[in-house]
Amino acid sequence: MLNLQPYENPQYFLYLIIALLPVIIGMFKGFRMHWYESIFSLVFLVLIFDADKWPQGKALLGYVVFNLLLVYAYYKYRTRKGSKNSTAVFYLSVALGIAQLVIVKFTPLFQHHNSILGFLGISYLTFRVVGTIMEIRDGSIKDLNMWKFIQFLLFFPTISSGPIDCYRRFVKDYDRIPDPEHYAELVTKAMHYLMLGFLYKFILGYIFGTLWLPSVEHMAMASRGGAFLGLSWPVVGVMYAYSGYLFFDFAGYSLFAVAISYLMGIETPMNFNKPWMSYNIKDFWNRWHMSLSFWFRDYIYMRFVFFVMKHKWMKSRVSTAFVGYLVLFLIMGIWHGETWYYIVYGLFHAMLINLTDAWLRFKKKHKDFFPHNKATHYFAIFMTANAVCFSFLIFSGFLNTLWFH
Amino acid sequence: MADESIKNGVLDILADLTGSDDVKKDLDMNLFETGLLDSMGTVQLLLELQSQYGVDAPVSEFDRKEWDTPNKIIAKVEQAQ
Repeated sequence: MLNLQPYENPQYFLYLIIALLPVIIGMFKGFRMHWYESIFSLVFLVLIFDADKWPQGKALLGYVVFNLLLVYAYYKYRTRKGSKNSTAVFYLSVALGIAQLVIVKFTPLFQHHNSILGFLGISYLTFRVVGTIMEIRDGSIKDLNMWKFIQFLLFFPTISSGPIDCYRRFVKDYDRIPDPEHYAELVTKAMHYLMLGFLYKFILGYIFGTLWLPSVEHMAMASRGGAFLGLSWPVVGVMYAYSGYLFFDFAGYSLFAVAISYLMGIETPMNFNKPWMSYNIKDFWNRWHMSLSFWFRDYIYMRFVFFVMKHKWMKSRVSTAFVGYLVLFLIMGIWHGETWYYIVYGLFHAMLINLTDAWLRFKKKHKDFFPHNKATHYFAIFMTANAVCFSFLIFSGFLNTLWFH
Repeated sequence: MADESIKNGVLDILADLTGSDDVKKDLDMNLFETGLLDSMGTVQLLLELQSQYGVDAPVSEFDRKEWDTPNKIIAKVEQAQ
């Protein structure tokens, strides 16, 4: 049977565009065929999870049924007349919402094979489910349409790795028919993103990841003997090659996902905004994998800080922010996987962002201490980019190979 | 409550949170792009608005684009009265 993994090669785009033609023509003529969009999504979903991927398909089905029931039950509980809005019920719902992901993430610690509950995109589906539960809790989602929620949860272009959208924003786009002029703009942007995505993922990602990375890795392994911690110049090469690969591969994928969403009239948020131009690490997280970092910011960091300050657990704003960042990046590390290098990656970023905050406080007090001009600005960009690349070297797991294999 | 007193009250909160009187001079400055307000400052702002004006804005209602200048924040508070 035919199996197609999302955006894996240029042919895939040919199939997508052909299948999307009725949608595109319809939008230009001012009507929208939701039924056709649903069938289109379903067909391409089946193509991801059929044949030898069918075990994943079963895990996905189980996940979807369970979480639809969960979200529906919580919604009914929260919106019925005189709802107690109990905190315990909310925590229980969130716990149930992340349960399958937690099992999948922790299984490799205890067994040598991956969990049978895992499937492509489980993280991103979980982010959508948990985000929705939190917004129901806040009373921000007042009416939840289960059919639209399914469309949102299983929205095909973004199913495997995001960008992460939110329910209310998605439904706003889903319910409207964009006027032809606006839709023409979206199509133009989509074509541009597709081309840029090709350049990023299939050319630059390939150069960094397939041509350069293995050869510098090989050199680094060959020259580790006798050197301090096995570090040699080729390790620096690994750092830059891996960082380049990571960015171009994922930014390319994200551009594809956004482009296909646009063709379907859904303005999925962008994931990257010139991250290599960031002047400090806070700026970086506002530009890198934005839909994920905003998710962590809005649903973990801000809620945590809000909770702590409201209940006056900690007096000082500085220590609250410190603990908040630690919680955020530790969870982000644990989410990436249960290995020392993902956890250290998280802690490293927590340290960087706390140091940045301390530095910003210092600068506010001593306004004339450090000049602000073009040179210092570019120096800041250079430092940030290198700190980030170093964090990606940790993240890559190459140090694990270098030291322990 | 008179509009003028809301305006001054909100501006006082913002000046206090950002540690800068600039917010009182330019009511259309972007608080996030200038780095004056971050997530931490945002949470403090929401808590202050809640305790002083009873503005009930949960974190998930907080869309940065709708709260990014002093004028927009003042408008939000006036709306909630």
